[in-house]
Amino acid sequence: MQYLKYLLFGTLFGFILMRAEVISWFRIQEMFRFQDFHMYGVIGSAIVIGMISIALIKKFNVKDVHGQPIKISPKDSSQMYRYTIGGLLFGFGWALTGACPGPIFALIGSGLSVFVVILLSALLGTYVYGYFQKSLPH
Amino acid sequence: MFDFLWQPWPWYVAGPLIGLMVPVMLYFSNKALGVSSSLRHTCAACAPGDIEFFKYDWKTEGLWNIVFVIGILVGGFLGGLVFANPDPIAISQSTINDLRNLGLTDFTGFVPSEVFNWGNLLSAQGLIFIVLGGFLVGFGARYAGGCTSGHAISGIANLQIASVVAVIGFFAGGLFITHIIYPIIF
Repeated sequence: MQYLKYLLFGTLFGFILMRAEVISWFRIQEMFRFQDFHMYGVIGSAIVIGMISIALIKKFNVKDVHGQPIKISPKDSSQMYRYTIGGLLFGFGWALTGACPGPIFALIGSGLSVFVVILLSALLGTYVYGYFQKSLPH
Repeated sequence: MFDFLWQPWPWYVAGPLIGLMVPVMLYFSNKALGVSSSLRHTCAACAPGDIEFFKYDWKTEGLWNIVFVIGILVGGFLGGLVFANPDPIAISQSTINDLRNLGLTDFTGFVPSEVFNWGNLLSAQGLIFIVLGGFLVGFGARYAGGCTSGHAISGIANLQIASVVAVIGFFAGGLFITHIIYPIIF
């Protein structure tokens, strides 16, 4: 039962992604061709609202619903290779599939069954990363 | 009155709602918004093998994330089928022209049906867009330690330099494929 809320959050998030149309391969192309403001508006305003929220949570030391301190793990800024190379490779995949991980799941739900192959390939990519993690520069 | 459930939402509605998922999830469940870690947790659950990266208690750390992405799938079902927008997505004319020049003709779906279909899967084009593309999404996200949700939204919102670098990488990679590689592989 404690997991029901995650199902609910995911459903909400997936529905918003659909109505935002960020799941569209064509929208991603508009973005990478600088031909429409839509994607920049969505991502930009999401960041601004997220940023203000986190700043307020930190400033007022907001506790979660169970009274526990809210913890947000920082990313390790000493590992710049991984963000540069990993980021580039992710960008290649993003432009090819027109979908980052969230939209992959949303598109499968919308009935685009061939995206199951993209999901399985992404799982394989994750697995191969895990296998070679130690020998990759981070 | 409930027309908005079927209609596309403008960026200034959809974007802030996505941003609000960050504090909602932090407050109600003390979890940072992120999607791609669910792929790692799935590997850890199904086939950890002898790989250290997958040897951890995936149920404690990751079951919530797997349930969350199942929810995204349900959201996609609701948004894409149950409350399907009857009109095709209004793509800008210049993008349509560019893609026409690459040989695409169908602009009605969420994705170009000529590329993303089962019949095209084993062609060179299908293997590149579907199989290689998916592989790079999974490999790249884990290598970079996050995807669009974890880095671009949660990470930058938390003022992480690492996330800014990762997102510049995402974008540079996307520009390279779109402007240099697309003319070759289409």
